[in-house]
Amino acid sequence: MTDRVVNLQQKARILSQIRAFFSERGVLEADVPCLDTHAVTDPYLTNFECDWQGRKLYLQTSPEYALKRLLSEGFGDCYYLGKAFRNEASSPQHSPEFLMLEWYRVGITPALLMVEIAELLNCILGVDKTTSISYADAFEQYANIDIWQAEHEQLIAAFPGEPYFDLAAESRTDLIQMLFSILVEPHLGQEIPCFVYDFPLEQAALAKANYDGRTAQRFELYYKGFELANGYGELTDPTEQSNRFQSDIEKRSRLGLPQVAPDNRLLAALEDGLPQCSGVALGVDRLCMLALGLRHIDLVQYN
Amino acid sequence: MANFSTNEFKAGLKVMIDDEPCNILENEYVKPGKGQAFNRVKIRKLISGKVLEKTFKSGDSVPGADVLDTELSYLYNDGEFYHFMNNETFEQVAADAKAVGDNAKWLVENTDCTITLFNGTPIVVTPPNFVELEITETDPGLKGDTAGTGGKPATLATGAVVRVPLFVQTGEIIKVDTRSGEYVSRAGK
Repeated sequence: MTDRVVNLQQKARILSQIRAFFSERGVLEADVPCLDTHAVTDPYLTNFECDWQGRKLYLQTSPEYALKRLLSEGFGDCYYLGKAFRNEASSPQHSPEFLMLEWYRVGITPALLMVEIAELLNCILGVDKTTSISYADAFEQYANIDIWQAEHEQLIAAFPGEPYFDLAAESRTDLIQMLFSILVEPHLGQEIPCFVYDFPLEQAALAKANYDGRTAQRFELYYKGFELANGYGELTDPTEQSNRFQSDIEKRSRLGLPQVAPDNRLLAALEDGLPQCSGVALGVDRLCMLALGLRHIDLVQYN
Repeated sequence: MANFSTNEFKAGLKVMIDDEPCNILENEYVKPGKGQAFNRVKIRKLISGKVLEKTFKSGDSVPGADVLDTELSYLYNDGEFYHFMNNETFEQVAADAKAVGDNAKWLVENTDCTITLFNGTPIVVTPPNFVELEITETDPGLKGDTAGTGGKPATLATGAVVRVPLFVQTGEIIKVDTRSGEYVSRAGK
């Protein structure tokens, strides 16, 4: 038996533990499609396109839209544990097909969801502590940059190495995101899992805006060099959701990326009423790599 | 020459960056869950030897560099150029002092070196990892001393100066590691 087969047996045990974790809490497993009629508007995600009898279908980059539609129909607390697909380069931490755990809790805040995530980490990895820091504080602490005040020039000057593209032409948000990955992320969660919360509103994705008018209820979890989970206090306002789709579409157009139509079924679901909820997506292959002390995703995937 | 996208970057790939042939040393793909994917790439500029880090947007591409490593035997230096020969085709190549650089002191006649050609012109000359050279001058030193006690400088036939153990004498042939410039042993051992 190869090491990989042993790893896959361990992975199977972790999947059972995850299902038991949610079963104990009365959270139901939701069976939603991997293959669906819409693609994502997010400019930095790419769906695999499939042809079905002359019709275009897309392998889903996450079960988010389907789960929200299900929630709007009254399904209640739910999780998805299954495949997600992203048409992008592979690396030791990335595979175009990967296992995603995504769950939603109705009527709770992101802070409470973070507590539940910490309990899951304790259950799978045996770590009983987590820390947290706001996005802006993390930037201040590790890169010495005040993201609310910093001028474009200061962001460019902070960029290490020599860029092969014109930094000046990059948007402020893109610069901040790249600097976060390069300067801040390597410091986060090296010992204890670290939640970063209150992302800038420009990086809200599908998170609800905070009352401060500049941050959103989005958080990420980092542990030992892995970006492990991404969560939101979910946006429930259909008008705002429609605006976010529109701004994604405009950005795609600026970047010369293929156009993607907004998913009207999600908008209709929000119109019908998505309950106030928080949700998070977690990379299960990465969780297994952490549990088994492995540094390459190939070691926990069968191919 | 074909173009290579960041997805194809891997250690050893030779590409043109800033109009200079470069060797890719490391390629790290960075993809935040939300946000622009990019690659942090460590490269060595082949002519200047400078190592630096470049950041590429994922999917960007650069032209490949027409760079070729060949094994050629060192013949002689005419005062300006260092001449090498392909032992099978007898074709000769002349490398200038810039391409040879500090490695001139490790060139031993009839020894195979790696010559890196860029568009057919030598840009880097790499001697074998180990060469054997005669000591032309060193202090007699103390009798009965053993290796590992500091040693003494010795001048070799090519002009290179290396530290050798005290027991090694003028006229002996020694083996030297050209990468570190350190004495390894007496030759033939």
